Amino acid sequence: MEAADVGGGEHGRGQQVTPALILIALLVTQDTTAGKQVYVKWCAGCHGDNGAGDGEAAHRMIPPPRDFTGAIYQIRTTASGQLPTDADLLRSIDAGLGGTAMPGWRSRLSDRERHDVLAYIKTFSTFFADTSLRPKPLTFGKEPGGGTGADALKVGRQFYDSIGCRKCHGDQGRGDGPSAPTLKDDAGHPMFAADLHENWRFNGGETVEDIYHRLRTGLDGTPMPSFSDLLDQKFLTETELWRVAEYVRSLSPAKAPVVRDVIHAPLVNRALPHSPDDSAWTAVDAYWFPLVGQVIRKSRWFAPSVSGVWVKAVHTADSIALRVVWDDRSQSPDTAWLGHVGRVLAALDPDEGTQEQPALWPDQLAVQFPVAIPTGMERPYFLMGSSSAPVYQWRWASTAHAAAVAGLARGVDRFDSLPGTGVGAQSVYDHGQWRVVFTRALASPDTASQLPFRTGRAIPVAFFAWDGSNGEHGTRMAISTWYFLALDEPVPARVFISPVIAMVLTLGLGMLVVWRAQQKTTFRRKQ
Amino acid sequence: MNGRIFSVVGGMFLLTVCSKGDRSSVQAAPAAPAAPQPAAIAASSDESADGGTITGKIKFTGTAPRNPAIDMSEEAACKAKYKTSPTEENVVAGPANALANVFVYVSAGLPANAKYQAPSTPVTLDQNGCRYHPHVLGIMVGQPFEIINSDPVLHNIKAIAKKNRPFNVSQPSAGMKTTRTFSTPEVMVNLECNVHGWMKAFLGVRSDPFYAVSGEDGSFSIKGLPPGTYTVEAWHEKFGTQTATVTVTGTESKTANFTFAAH
Repeated sequence: MEAADVGGGEHGRGQQVTPALILIALLVTQDTTAGKQVYVKWCAGCHGDNGAGDGEAAHRMIPPPRDFTGAIYQIRTTASGQLPTDADLLRSIDAGLGGTAMPGWRSRLSDRERHDVLAYIKTFSTFFADTSLRPKPLTFGKEPGGGTGADALKVGRQFYDSIGCRKCHGDQGRGDGPSAPTLKDDAGHPMFAADLHENWRFNGGETVEDIYHRLRTGLDGTPMPSFSDLLDQKFLTETELWRVAEYVRSLSPAKAPVVRDVIHAPLVNRALPHSPDDSAWTAVDAYWFPLVGQVIRKSRWFAPSVSGVWVKAVHTADSIALRVVWDDRSQSPDTAWLGHVGRVLAALDPDEGTQEQPALWPDQLAVQFPVAIPTGMERPYFLMGSSSAPVYQWRWASTAHAAAVAGLARGVDRFDSLPGTGVGAQSVYDHGQWRVVFTRALASPDTASQLPFRTGRAIPVAFFAWDGSNGEHGTRMAISTWYFLALDEPVPARVFISPVIAMVLTLGLGMLVVWRAQQKTTFRRKQ
Repeated sequence: MNGRIFSVVGGMFLLTVCSKGDRSSVQAAPAAPAAPQPAAIAASSDESADGGTITGKIKFTGTAPRNPAIDMSEEAACKAKYKTSPTEENVVAGPANALANVFVYVSAGLPANAKYQAPSTPVTLDQNGCRYHPHVLGIMVGQPFEIINSDPVLHNIKAIAKKNRPFNVSQPSAGMKTTRTFSTPEVMVNLECNVHGWMKAFLGVRSDPFYAVSGEDGSFSIKGLPPGTYTVEAWHEKFGTQTATVTVTGTESKTANFTFAAH
């Protein structure tokens, strides 16, 4: 409500009513005026001056910013179609929305500022003023016990199938179900079904409780429906729905992955595991590296689909194998996803020129090293080197997924492949996940341009990924910064023998000292 | 959504309410001057014998676009319900370019303070063979909207509404039933299933009973209208909207034909 309306109405009233009205007007004014200031400064850039989700940055992100004018909110504790409570809205403001561009504001804005902006956001829709629509949170109850056992997870999996989760989220939960390529929000923007293996990217929180709440309320405005009606109709019990939430939670790691800068590649005394599903990989430590959109060079890319890669490496006396695993909803190129590519491109402002037409691009991955192990601190430019300082890359594409190409990148737009490079690749696409193993001899086929791998050295390494069915190719990709790869040195024999010799010597010496002492004592007694 | 502005003078307040919802506006206007017409008409989905009738035929010119074939290979249970390959129902044409699935309704001209009782009989939307039946339908504000699933597969029913609150609920098995109501007139509320991207239905929500959906022969009939001059709007999902002005004086039947252009 605008202050002017209230003030104008109050004008002709009797004297005794005036102070109360002024007070109300002040309270209302204070709240929303202060809230507007916060909004204009921090929110309007994405959500737009009028709250319609059309700020300047709106066409640089998928999913797009919330349009407040319809009062349709994903993260609620209320039934599908109901307004969110203030606490629901505050939660999204405070914690942000995982996996999206919406950050949490708890540490950036004061308590007062966050409450004020909440009040202001509600003024964008007339629904909040309708007292007949006052939101009522659902009763969720508490998580029943025993949810982590194998039997409970089996029940969860059973209902995951029977209530149809797999239609969108896929058989293994990576967002690759048969309906996944067609998903849109209310406004027709492209939508992904969540990859249930990355709970740290869930919009509404990562816990079992959060997941259960989303199952009950649905994510309004998106294809994700509410499953509350199924309880009323006794299709399943509350406990069984909790089991679904527990099963979904079990798909992600116990803790969100943390970045460890150095990939340790142990030495293995057996054949190099060329296959991504070789059992030898299970004993090897996995390292996770986050990827972000390439927003440095044109055409920039603000909506990368690959959020990170899991990397393992081993080496033998003469060769190295590097296994890169990442989730990708589509095995590109796939005509089923062409419509989605079109929606993605249409949702984003082209960086230069006109909007590109959707096409069938492959999935790709690049592993990058310097041309030689740097002797000092300096490394080539992380974003594919430069014309004067190229980088050495292995490139793999889904269109030739049993092979990889090595070459030199001289910036984002130049890659020269090197002939006869001896880089092998084997790959598997499995239920929304690519697993690729690169192999090469440690010794370089050409030391001038191709990195010789050496043990005991920190070798810079970086990763790049493209999801063709997300419209990614060329400079439109997901990138990482430099990390390191360290090939563990073989443990020399002296490491095992030296302590034994030292122990024998110490023991011998000790015995000698004792013997001498005893000799002396005996000698004195004799005297 | 050109909101009519109702002005209600109470004391020294001038309260302006943008009529997003005709129902709430009507309720909020008890002090408005009495309309010359009967204030309330007892109406239900039963056709009233009293009043005038507007009938017409709806046609289109040009060539109707082909309805895309639906690939139901993911849903064997739905696919099995068809002898020939099913298609979408974007343009359903009858003989002689008759146009079905046009929602025809009185968009203006009814007394502002008239209030119509919503029938308690529900309007039913059936999900059968991974398609909606019917494809276009009308309902009154407050009337139960019953969604049933005749397929042994998961459907979600998402109502995309702007004036009403939206909803999105799931029905994973045959025999399930969900009932909802709408609070505000809205033409149209889009209904869709996200599991099956081709499933779409359109629901016209009205605060009065004066609406109809054209049949395969393109004909429609709106009965029981009080005397008055009405704007009649015809809405089609692909061809847009058309309007006509019709004056009803007694119990006669007036004709309003619409011709859309296929584009």
